[in-house]
Amino acid sequence: MLDRASGPLLEIKDLHAWYGESHILHGATFNVQAGEVVTLLGRNGAGKTTTMKSVMGIVGKRTGSVKFEGRELINLASDTIARAGIAFCPEERGIFASLDVEENLMLPPQVRPGGLSREQIFELFPNLRERLKSQGTKLSGGEQQMLAIGRILRTGARLLLLDEPTEGLAPVIIQQIGNTIRKLKEQGFTILLVEQNFRFASTVADRYYIMEHGKIVEQFANSELNKKLETLHEYLGV
Amino acid sequence: MDINLPALFGQLLIGLINGSFYALLSLGLAVIFGMLNIINFAHGAQYMMGAFVAYFLLQFAGLNYWWALIVAPVIVGGFGILIERAFLQWLYKLDHLYGLLLTFGLALVIQGLFRHQYGSSGLPYQIPPQLTGVRDLGFTFLPNYRAWVVVFSLVVCLGTWFIIEKTRLGAYLRAATENPTLVRAFGINVPRMITLTYGFGVALAALAGVMAAPIYAVNPTMGADIIIVVFAVVVIGGMGSIMGAIVTGFGLGVVEGLTKYFFPEASNTVIFVIMVIVLVTRPAGLFGRAA
Repeated sequence: MLDRASGPLLEIKDLHAWYGESHILHGATFNVQAGEVVTLLGRNGAGKTTTMKSVMGIVGKRTGSVKFEGRELINLASDTIARAGIAFCPEERGIFASLDVEENLMLPPQVRPGGLSREQIFELFPNLRERLKSQGTKLSGGEQQMLAIGRILRTGARLLLLDEPTEGLAPVIIQQIGNTIRKLKEQGFTILLVEQNFRFASTVADRYYIMEHGKIVEQFANSELNKKLETLHEYLGV
Repeated sequence: MDINLPALFGQLLIGLINGSFYALLSLGLAVIFGMLNIINFAHGAQYMMGAFVAYFLLQFAGLNYWWALIVAPVIVGGFGILIERAFLQWLYKLDHLYGLLLTFGLALVIQGLFRHQYGSSGLPYQIPPQLTGVRDLGFTFLPNYRAWVVVFSLVVCLGTWFIIEKTRLGAYLRAATENPTLVRAFGINVPRMITLTYGFGVALAALAGVMAAPIYAVNPTMGADIIIVVFAVVVIGGMGSIMGAIVTGFGLGVVEGLTKYFFPEASNTVIFVIMVIVLVTRPAGLFGRAA
């Protein structure tokens, strides 16, 4: 998977990002190959979420290079970036209170052909079908997370950015989300995952990058996981 | 107390007419505030511009009332879009006060220009021939034009409500009101949507202006007279609620009309008294969501 002739789907070089005066990313460099599930690990404040937001174009100032399918995105507005074929599921889930579940699900416009149909989304998340007319924020945390993931599968985007999809959820729901991510990978989606929950990440990821102080400090494949446990301890304190 | 039915219904009807304009104008303000976070004090001036554009269209282009209903909102709405691009777009991240001050200044400039050119005595605008005459309802006489104003503004208000609450476009608008950054990250051009929303809100004001032209003369101060009451209506209904703006607009028009009959001395202040009571008991307004 690492040696694709076509080059990586997402290629990030020397990415810097700022929130106002504070410099958060200090030259992050990494890549994601088509069809991979790649996890960004790191302590709170290491810059994982900022990395996702920088890819998506929703950080105030950013420099460096973010290439998707060879196209430079660093200076584009976030709606143009989304239309290039990238979809983002934020950490806080971003379910809209003034929209019902169905409206939330149908909100993101199709950016490319080939997204999942409503039926396919209901197969992944049967709970949603039962709650279509409920107010979006009346769902349980787990259902909101399913809705937040489900709605970006419709759009035809092939690269999904999932920011801590398991945060605050019960183990049985975490398992369901893990199954979903594996199914999505089978269907050819490429996923960049931010996780604090290393145990969960290890059940879905092909590769890992560890971030610290706004940089990538370590990378390894899932097969090297056992060798790297000590390094992980050091960086994550797990 | 003896009730004089024709007089009572007469005042009720005037109340409904005023309520139609309150509803249309506060609806526009609510739509604009929801999306832009701007308290559009120029709304009254834009309403006045709608009436003037209708007058110009008739005088200089020979376009009658029915054309004016379509063309004037487009022209004034386009003017609103220029205002948004030139001025308002720089204010979204600032406190509400800046938008209020800017649009207040714009209102003064626009109104001043028109008064300089046309004085303040008012220009006549005829009721379209199809809508002249009155209908005898038995207990009172109903001028056709006034019935049209009430029915048409109700249709426009409910149509706007439907678009915002029940359509996909409306879902974009509601979602962008809550979290514009995320909506944009889904691939929707939110800045363009904001611009068009302002244009639409301004067009609603202009439409009200066209409808008002045959009832009140076309006058540079007509917007300044009504906008203060409309702001009270918005405060009572609660900022940001579409149905709230409509119901409160019509309702307060009727309350005002009834007051003119039962206690005329209070008719000019009743809305402000209600505003004070609402602010004390429900600061977010009757239909508003608490912040």
